[in-house]
Amino acid sequence: MSSTGVLDPVACPFCGLLCDDLRIAVDEDRLTVAAHGCPISVGAFAGLPPQEAAPRIAGRAASLEEAAVAAAHLLKGARQPLFAGLGTDVAGMRRVLELADRCGAVLDHMNAESLLRNVRTLQEAGLMSTSLSEVKNRADLVLIVGGDVASRYPRFFERVVWNEDALFRPEGAWPEVVYLGEAADPSPGTSPDGRPPWVVPCPRGKLIEVIGALRCLVAGRPLDAREAGGVPMEKLEALADRLRRARYGVAVWSATDLDFPHAELTVQSLCDLVKELNRETRFCGLPLAGSDADFTANEVHVWQTGVALRSSLAAGYPEYDPYHYAAARLLARGEADALVWISSLSDRPPPETDVPTVVLGGAGLLPPREPEVFIPVGRPGVDHAAHLFRADKAVVMRLGPLRASVLPSVAQALSAILDAYCA
Amino acid sequence: MLIQLARGKVYDPTHGVDGEVRDIYIRDGRIVSAPEPGAPVDQIYNLDGKIVMAGAIDLHTHIGGGKVNIARAMLPEDHRDKRHPRTALTRSGSGHAAPSTWSTGYRYVEMGYTACFEPAIVPVNARQAHLEMGDTPIVDHGGYAMLGNDDFLLRLIQEGRDQRLINDYVAWILHATQCIGIKVVNPGGISAFKFNQRSLDLDEPHAHYGVTPRQVVQALARAVYELGVPHPLHVHASNLGVPGNVETTLATIASAEGLPLHLTHVQFHSYGTEGDRKFSSAAGRIAEAVNAHPNVTVDVGQIMFGQTVTCSGDTMAQHRNSGHAHPKKWMAMDIECEAGCGVVPFRYRDKNFVNALQWAIGLEIFLLVKDPWRVFLTTDHPNGAPFTSYPHLIRLLMDRSFRRDMLATLHPDAVAMSAVGAIEREYSLYEIAIMTRAAPARILGLSDRGHLGPGAAADIVVYTEHPDRERMFAAPDYVFKDGALVAQGGRIVQVTRGRVHMVRPAFDRGIEKELESYFDRYQTLGMERFKIGDEEIRELSGEPVVHPCAGRASA
Ligand code: SF4
Repeated sequence: MSSTGVLDPVACPFCGLLCDDLRIAVDEDRLTVAAHGCPISVGAFAGLPPQEAAPRIAGRAASLEEAAVAAAHLLKGARQPLFAGLGTDVAGMRRVLELADRCGAVLDHMNAESLLRNVRTLQEAGLMSTSLSEVKNRADLVLIVGGDVASRYPRFFERVVWNEDALFRPEGAWPEVVYLGEAADPSPGTSPDGRPPWVVPCPRGKLIEVIGALRCLVAGRPLDAREAGGVPMEKLEALADRLRRARYGVAVWSATDLDFPHAELTVQSLCDLVKELNRETRFCGLPLAGSDADFTANEVHVWQTGVALRSSLAAGYPEYDPYHYAAARLLARGEADALVWISSLSDRPPPETDVPTVVLGGAGLLPPREPEVFIPVGRPGVDHAAHLFRADKAVVMRLGPLRASVLPSVAQALSAILDAYCA
Repeated sequence: MLIQLARGKVYDPTHGVDGEVRDIYIRDGRIVSAPEPGAPVDQIYNLDGKIVMAGAIDLHTHIGGGKVNIARAMLPEDHRDKRHPRTALTRSGSGHAAPSTWSTGYRYVEMGYTACFEPAIVPVNARQAHLEMGDTPIVDHGGYAMLGNDDFLLRLIQEGRDQRLINDYVAWILHATQCIGIKVVNPGGISAFKFNQRSLDLDEPHAHYGVTPRQVVQALARAVYELGVPHPLHVHASNLGVPGNVETTLATIASAEGLPLHLTHVQFHSYGTEGDRKFSSAAGRIAEAVNAHPNVTVDVGQIMFGQTVTCSGDTMAQHRNSGHAHPKKWMAMDIECEAGCGVVPFRYRDKNFVNALQWAIGLEIFLLVKDPWRVFLTTDHPNGAPFTSYPHLIRLLMDRSFRRDMLATLHPDAVAMSAVGAIEREYSLYEIAIMTRAAPARILGLSDRGHLGPGAAADIVVYTEHPDRERMFAAPDYVFKDGALVAQGGRIVQVTRGRVHMVRPAFDRGIEKELESYFDRYQTLGMERFKIGDEEIRELSGEPVVHPCAGRASA
């Protein structure tokens, strides 16, 4: 790998879109986005943590082997270990599960709360969904539900909605964009020919009322109301009519933005609306996620254990319980006595806790207190090759490496711990 | 190290061996000829009176890829009720209809299966399929890439482009996805559903491309044949599950015009419209057509009663059937202008007329197709039933009085409409060895699997003969995988990693120019990133084994 030059095209690991057209300028360790960046990727590449860091045991520098032995020792002494964070790639997650199965750990991802809003909908009712290239080539109506989407997935409109080239859309016929909910900045929804989006504001907590009313209207069921969720009936009727007339409509949401109690019911209601629309036309949901590899962790977890996150392997077999096995809950109640915190895609620190902790994270990660063991690891897709799931789950992408790195991957660090654990 | 399997009763149809008492020798994972008399043998298994067969091969089982994982995540109840604790040797897991990957491998091997093929790989999702199969231990694996609903191919056909170009594209897909065959699911229909067409019969034009399913089947069957891919085009025909679809299925057979064709889960495509309920068995007509067309092979997709989950690329059919979901939840997905998938949980009931008749139709096909080399034992796992029901299915085929006992418990109107009670045929051990070993190996082009001749991989299963064939096939005495003893008495004793089987027919790389610009303009990932490399496949899934293709001149 050359230490200076330009890499093109590069896939970006910093949100679930996994845009694969970036140009990255390389100068030794320093990587700069030279083209096709966004506020998240530009910042993330520029702010990559230093690579020189060494593992630490109780704050003292150590070799990887020593740190692995200390971590294994800590896990062996624990009655209920907790593996949380889980910001890692496929290879890392494969090792996480191997070690967790050995030591009977509980598993939880840092984004599980939002992940579960979609998972629970799948488990309660299901959904009709689509993938990025379908939307790009087919959608004539894009309904953004909840927030603005673009602040978490900055290139969504550029890459997926406003395309000159689309297989099944007449040239110049841009999709119509509707925002439903609280969009602080709906400007990305303005089409290239200047047509502003249609904004239907409503508080997020009231979305379920609006969506329920839309379901009634779409199904042609009588609805005796003058408004729903603060949206007047005439507007709702116009919206329902527009949804019904779409040839291929897409409802897009980021479950992270639907951050209120029982938001999964709102997601479920939205998915039911989508199914209802499919009686007559084609309409699909597109839940966006994938930050800190939440989809990746969940997919590997599902195929290896049979169940979604959150789970426990303590009984010797997988048990799924999204309430009971929440990391925050276990730590608050003192039900876990060892924590392995993994955050390799961002420097998200572990929760504050006295529980003996092993951290596998970027060298720039600042824990609230010095953990018992700290192993700095490389960024997946930057410091080592990685496989990550894209937001639509249709695609697993292979990324990187983009520079030579001395840091181990999460998989390598965990393999060392596993060796020590089994020794 | 030389291992001797001594004096077993050997069933090896590839070599015409039908229950002869023989010795088999294993060295370095391979079957070898008998050594010189007096040569030292390191290990001897005395198999007096025991049955010896090659490892079984499942050529159609949904064990990897997005849809299977959706099914797992969707059904916590399937996993709560079936837990597989870890042992010192094996990983924990869960699930009955949609088991976790580790559990899938262990359960297959415990029953004497040593190779499994995922039949519905969405090309853009191939990495995930290989990842999941890579975490399915011990068994060899491979997959069929789904084409025939992808915009690129439909446009080649629409534009009347040269068959050579279609062949290049098919070959390119096989290379890029590291697959062993090509599958078409509801030809054109998955795409048509995206344009809001709700059904598409064989000669009906697609609303957007104007292409018919017949054209799609013909273009792909020809490409697969001309490229010399050993496995014929694997066809999930149009109109799955629709009463009266026998006509479509027969027309699909005819559409091949003599080219090799494999019709999959044909049970779901053998329905007539007779009787008060306008649903009847057309298995007899299908079997007759198969008997009359030596270019055609089928697998059955037998249903069994109980809870399962259907996972299919056929979004059109899955959406149509979603009202029958049990429990009441289902999903469908459009994927990358290429394909789709749908997951609908389902419970087959023996007291339900349609389900009971479906059960009978499957058995009728098994029993009426004369040549066991051309009919394969599948449940289309998990669509018809989980693969763990194979021993029960084998008993149904081998034991007519058991079959009649089962029939007597079903919905009486279905029984009255079925011929299955009158059929005397019982499969022999030799025929079972054909349909579960020798024939799938042959049809997949796995020259060193499915038989017990010198040079073959030492995938070997030893059973104790028992009149209850279900019991016998559920827990073989010994299972060897590449010469290693991996299961004993129905329990895993050693865990190995399987290989990945694939083909790489020759083609003109010139097609990449067109593909690259297609990816750049219309897809959301670049062409180079779409391709799965060799190092990658090793890391994700296992050691690649490339099987030869002998390209043929135009048909
Ligand atoms: S939108 Fe997401 S994937 Fe694309 S460049 Fe920005 S952070 Fe990276």
